Amino acid sequence: MTENDDAKMIEPPQSGLTRRDLIKGVILGGVAISSSSYLFRASTLAAQTSRGTGDRLLTINVNGQQRRADVMKQETLAWTLRHKLGLTGTKLGCDRAECGSCTVLIDGVPHYSCSVLTHTVRDKKVLTIEGLASPDGALHPVQQGVIDEQGFQCAFCMPGFIMAAVAFLKANPDPTRMELAQGLSGNLCRCQDYDKILTAMMRGAENMRSASRA
Amino acid sequence: MPENDAKSVTPNARVYGAGHKLIGKNYVTADLYAKVTGQAKYAEDFHAEGMLFCKLLLSPLPHARVKHLDVRQALAMPGVKVILTADELPPPGDTLTDNGTVIRANPKSERALNMEPLYQGEPILAVAAVDELTAAEAIEKIRIEFEPLPFAVDPLETLRPGGPNPRTDGNIWVQPPTPPAVAGAPPPAPPPPTIGALKWTEAEFADAKSGRLPMGKTPDEWSYGDIDAGFKNAVLVLDETFVTPDTSHQPLETRSALSYWQNGKVYVHTGTQSTAQTVPAIARWLNIDVSKVVLISEYTGGGFGSKVTAGVSLIIPALLSKRANAPVMMRISREEETFIGRARPSLLGRMKVGFSKDGRIIALDMFVISNNGPYDANGDVPTSGRIVSLLYQPEAMHWRGVTVLTNTPPRSAQSSPGGLQGIVIMEPIVAKAARKLGLDQVAIRRINCPEGKAPFGPAVQGKRPYATSAFLKEALDRGAEQFKWSERVARTPKRVGTKVRGVGVSLSCYVGGTVGFDGLLVIKPDGRVNFQSGIGNLGTESVIDVHRAGAEVLGVPWEKCDVTWGDSSKNLPFTCVSGGSQTTHAMTRAAYATAMDARKKLQEIAAKKLGGQPDDYIVANERVSRKGGGAGMALAQAANYAIQLGGIYDGHEVSADLNGRTKASAAALAGQGLLAAAKDNYPRDGATFSYIASFAEVEVDVETGKYNIVDFLAYADVGSVIHPRSLGGQVLGRSVLGIGHAIGQKWVYDPHYGAMLSTRFYQSKPPTILDVPVDMQWAALDIPDPETPVGARGVGEPPVGGGCASILNALSDALGDEIFRRAPVNADTILTSLEAGHPMQHPLMAHI
Repeated sequence: MTENDDAKMIEPPQSGLTRRDLIKGVILGGVAISSSSYLFRASTLAAQTSRGTGDRLLTINVNGQQRRADVMKQETLAWTLRHKLGLTGTKLGCDRAECGSCTVLIDGVPHYSCSVLTHTVRDKKVLTIEGLASPDGALHPVQQGVIDEQGFQCAFCMPGFIMAAVAFLKANPDPTRMELAQGLSGNLCRCQDYDKILTAMMRGAENMRSASRA
Repeated sequence: MPENDAKSVTPNARVYGAGHKLIGKNYVTADLYAKVTGQAKYAEDFHAEGMLFCKLLLSPLPHARVKHLDVRQALAMPGVKVILTADELPPPGDTLTDNGTVIRANPKSERALNMEPLYQGEPILAVAAVDELTAAEAIEKIRIEFEPLPFAVDPLETLRPGGPNPRTDGNIWVQPPTPPAVAGAPPPAPPPPTIGALKWTEAEFADAKSGRLPMGKTPDEWSYGDIDAGFKNAVLVLDETFVTPDTSHQPLETRSALSYWQNGKVYVHTGTQSTAQTVPAIARWLNIDVSKVVLISEYTGGGFGSKVTAGVSLIIPALLSKRANAPVMMRISREEETFIGRARPSLLGRMKVGFSKDGRIIALDMFVISNNGPYDANGDVPTSGRIVSLLYQPEAMHWRGVTVLTNTPPRSAQSSPGGLQGIVIMEPIVAKAARKLGLDQVAIRRINCPEGKAPFGPAVQGKRPYATSAFLKEALDRGAEQFKWSERVARTPKRVGTKVRGVGVSLSCYVGGTVGFDGLLVIKPDGRVNFQSGIGNLGTESVIDVHRAGAEVLGVPWEKCDVTWGDSSKNLPFTCVSGGSQTTHAMTRAAYATAMDARKKLQEIAAKKLGGQPDDYIVANERVSRKGGGAGMALAQAANYAIQLGGIYDGHEVSADLNGRTKASAAALAGQGLLAAAKDNYPRDGATFSYIASFAEVEVDVETGKYNIVDFLAYADVGSVIHPRSLGGQVLGRSVLGIGHAIGQKWVYDPHYGAMLSTRFYQSKPPTILDVPVDMQWAALDIPDPETPVGARGVGEPPVGGGCASILNALSDALGDEIFRRAPVNADTILTSLEAGHPMQHPLMAHI
């Protein structure tokens, strides 16, 4: 992201909050910033406090729906999804772009949603684990691959892995295990169930290929 | 990593469970659909109306006393509701064991908050506010002054003469004597351990300069056999120091917790390794009755020992919630998890090992020190000795050890606690001995490995304890064959360009099960069987898997079975903690006993209703029917009769030997159908262990020091296979957890400030999908353990030590014995040592 892009994506400050302050705020203890106004009723209070953030109502396209949310300038997409839109399938494992548990697709490209500001996705399409199955409940072929092979253990990392795999397999429908591993290498599984995950994702690739042939 | 063009989906396909319908067969677990669609709710995914958020004030110093505390400014902030300090914690309650013994709470044990923090990152106080931003800002507004106190982050530093003590009164735990028995009164319980000081002399420290572990006095030791004669007869004696790393558990889900109170009961949402056993732990920490605790934990994002009964920190939101009269969510960040989450203690080990000409270990002198952190002593030190004595069967052995307190975060059991460290200290010595004696690495392990009812540890009341069974030789042989061990060893040249290949094999084992827990099931009037599961859902799937053994006995198709888990208010039986690889063994036994109880009741009901004797009836195909054909009834009908009959048949009367909590659950479920509840009273001759033979090949680039794991195989001797896919996940997943200790994970400390420098994933990186081969292999012998009715043993811990040690052994096969004296082995270890011709990292100082 260039300086200019950055400037464009961020709304002009309304209450004396400079861009520098904002960036400092995001870098600072992520907990403090990324979690600031969980409760709707708390937003008035947050506005009264010294941060002077000034919340904004915005509309984002998530899982094919236009969703409105009260989003602070420094709020991450992971926070908005989990705490404003009730989409808790997206997990926070580190909140610092280390583990990939929060991976979602933005216009079809996997991103760590803990490190994306919600304001930057206003004109884009966000897809989370909850939006993957079709409305009639039929699982996505990659989800079905996990069912077929009992992929994953504790599954806290699973939504991130599945989203990364869905994007990778769309571009690379017939990978080797090695190629798929490369595609999933931005995601950490602490149960270290990589072999079974890879098997499940390979099954998912196979399911995707048969679905596209059908 | 080699390019692998294989496109086969299931490289580990093999058929298990011969002769069974459910046991040993793959199936889809009932928790998977929610996981795969993002509907599965972990603690932090819950949201209670009016919920407050909590933030912790963590100690910046490794050891200090709070001199002055002023919270007025913070409390005056709008939105700040409650500030909780250590003074407001309830005194911890005593433990009432299941046989009625009271274990007094130790006032020196860890508490949730502390005004004399004993490690950097220890919570001092907590703030609850309307949102996290406000809570974090309130923390900043608290005025706090500390009096710094002496500290030690290195266990050896505190043992030096005049060395600093990590706690004001010492550096080790000591057991005060039990008061003498009074005639007529029951024997008094031993008092809780207290803190004492242990210092070694300068003379005892002489060895440390040369990188050899000094061996001063230790509080604990044992021995068996004639060790002096063994060393005298040995053709080769090696005396080596080896150090294993401190490693955080790093579950991907941190120990966040949500808590609220309703009608005098505390509700807690958190991750745990045991739904059933976390309830009494919470009751003890809060000093309230167990009946006042409800735990909701349907999904847990990893534990590996760090969430055995969740963590004491969960009482913080519970107490804040009580004071604020509102739900409180405590989200724990990754860095906070490094501090208040748990870690495996580093073990500093020294082994003197005497070998016979054919490689048999005839004498072993083992000395270990652990870096325990400031609180309760972990079992890693004593366990390491017992595991080494079982796994290598030394003819004579002397063991000494001391658990040393330091001002570093508290440790807890981590997958194969003490086992990994013992194996990793021992294996490089066995590998070196084989090279010196000109023996094959598989052969030297074959000659030493346990078989059958193998003895271990020192004698107890004149007799050495022994294992229930061990088929490790067979696993080693079959593994060597599958790995093509001989071909790999014979392959030449080992070096091509800058790349050198090496192969390694390791033995591995750990405790594989306990006994004596309860099972509970209800056959409902619609013919469905409902299993009550108190097991935590960690992802090992034992929470569901073990009940397949019960369904198998009852001849009920799995589609007709339901499993209830994850909520302590849903009438769960007394269950083991899912730690120490107990569950598959302990809970298949309980499931089997319960299904047998159900079968007996079905036969009795049939005899009552249809005539004849109970023994005339068999239970199969969802029916109880007369042998050889004739009268019978469906399970649904029998369930209805059970309700009519009442008493023992519908749960209004249960067996007296059940645990109190099982009885309470049965009472709540009584009258809903045919209720079966049973305690596992099956005999067991020996202690249960599981075993793994691990094989690895590495390729080292001697110009960059970087190395890849080319191939890996773990061959398991874990008894009967219950669920192949979840077993494979455990065997390989736990192997990779061990591999992390070989290839990069460790804590690093700044000794001057006592500050930890490895608080995040990237600073102590667990293996990624690219750090391991893309086609790792596993297999299991599938030989039932003779001492348990289902034949299954546990699997979580046993692969861990072998995962680490097989990589270390492959590295020394490639590079020789003069590269490393501690794990992990990084590129810089390899490059600097290769250049110098001897190990360049001082084993006793490298991580400080």
